[in-house]
Amino acid sequence: MRHLMSPLDFTTEELDKLFDLAEDISANPKKYAHACDGKIMATCFYEPSTRTRLSFESAMIRLGGQVLGFSDGSNSSAAKGESVSDTIRVISCYADICAMRHPKEGAPMVAAEKSGIPVINAGDGGHQHPTQTLTDLLTIRSLKKRLDNLTIGLCGDLKFGRTVHSLIHALTRYKGIRFVFISPEELKVPDYITDMLKEKNVPYKEVMHLEEVMPTLDLLYMTRVQKERFFNEEDYVRLKDFYILDSAKMELAGKDMLILHPLPRVNEISVELDDDPRAVYFKQAQYGVYVRMALILTLLGLAE
Amino acid sequence: MLNVGKIEEGFVLDHIKAGKSMDIYKHLQLGKLDCTVAIIKNAKSEKMGKKDILKVECDINQLNLDVLAFIDHNITVNVIKDGEIVDKKELVLPKMIKNVIHCKNPRCITSIEQGLPHIFVLADEEREIYRCKYCEEKGSGMQ
Repeated sequence: MRHLMSPLDFTTEELDKLFDLAEDISANPKKYAHACDGKIMATCFYEPSTRTRLSFESAMIRLGGQVLGFSDGSNSSAAKGESVSDTIRVISCYADICAMRHPKEGAPMVAAEKSGIPVINAGDGGHQHPTQTLTDLLTIRSLKKRLDNLTIGLCGDLKFGRTVHSLIHALTRYKGIRFVFISPEELKVPDYITDMLKEKNVPYKEVMHLEEVMPTLDLLYMTRVQKERFFNEEDYVRLKDFYILDSAKMELAGKDMLILHPLPRVNEISVELDDDPRAVYFKQAQYGVYVRMALILTLLGLAE
Repeated sequence: MLNVGKIEEGFVLDHIKAGKSMDIYKHLQLGKLDCTVAIIKNAKSEKMGKKDILKVECDINQLNLDVLAFIDHNITVNVIKDGEIVDKKELVLPKMIKNVIHCKNPRCITSIEQGLPHIFVLADEEREIYRCKYCEEKGSGMQ
C-alpha cells in the first residue's frame, strides 16, 4: 500500500505518469466521472484549511466517490486526547483513503505507519505539503512545457512556508534548476534545505530584494506570510508587508515569467496583476483538483 | 588502587569520557542482561586525565554496540575471548537511533503523540548529522 508523505515519494518517472493522467482528466473529465464509485475519502483536518480540504473533496466527488471527515481538530476526537495512531486505525474502518492535515510535523507519517488505507499528507505544520507541490509541478509542466532548466524565484516566508520546502525538494531532481530565495533575514530558508542543496550541487542564492532578480527569473513563486506560524503578533505585523508584487516590479520581469502562488493571497500580490497573463495562480488552483484526482486514482490502484 | 578482574568473554569499553559510563549502560540496555558488568568511574588516564571503563561479560554477539559511535567516537571497544583481546572493534555510525536523543522541535508530532519512539535517521554520514524521522529536525545532544 502506498502513501504520500513527501513529493519525493514518487520517482520522476512516476510523477510523469501522474501528470499525464492529470492532463488526461483535465481534457476528458467525463471519462473519470465514475472512476471512484463506491469509494470514500476521509478528510481529517486537525487545523482549518478550507482551500486544500475543498480541493480534495472536489477531486473525490468529481471521480464519483464520497467524502466524510472533520475540518478542525477541536471538533474531533483529538480534542478528547486521542492519538493520531488510534484515530487513523478507526478511520481505516470508515474510509478507503485519507487526506490528513495536522499542525504537528510528521503526524501524517505516524498515521501512515498504523493505517490500513492510503494516507495523503495534506500539510503537516511547517514541514511538507506534497499535494501543493504536485499542483505546482503540474502547473509548471503544463504551462512551461518542461520541469528542467528553470530559474525559480521563491519569495516571502521561506522559513515556515511548507509549500516552499516541498517544492524545493521536488525540483532538485530535475536538471538545470537554479533557485533564487528572496526573503527577509527572519524568514530565510531553514538550514536543512540549504544543506541539501549544497549536497546536491544545486545552485542557489539568497537576496533581500525582489527588484534585483526579477529579470533573471523564469517563474516567481510568491508566498503569504502566515500569522499562525509566528509565536508573537509583533513579528507578524512587522514582516507581513515586506514583499509585495505590483505592476512596477512586474515591468522588470520577462514576458514569459509566470507568477505562482499557493493561495490564499492576502496582499503580497497586487490585485492589479490578476489580469496579467503571467499571473497563473488561479489556474494553479484548477490544476490542484486535477492532480489530486490523479493521485487518488493512483493510490487506490484505480489508475489503469 | 581498585582492581577489577579479567573477563573471559565480552567487551571492555575503554576511554569513555569520565561520568558518561552510566549513560552508556542505559543506552546499551545492560540492565536487561543477565551478565556481569563492571562500571569503573573516574579511572586515571594518561590521555584523558580521568576516564570511565565498562567491562561486560557476555556473548560477543549478544550486544549491539552501534549506538556507541553516536554517543562518542573516541570510545575504544576491545573484544575479549578466552580472557584475551581478540579484536578492537571499529565504531560505525548507526543508520538509525531510537530513543537515544529526543526531538526538540516543539512542532514535531513526537511532542504530543503517546508512546511514539524518538527515531533519528542518519542523514549525513560525513558530518554525522541525524534528523528526526518525522519532522527532519537536526538531532542535537544526548537526552
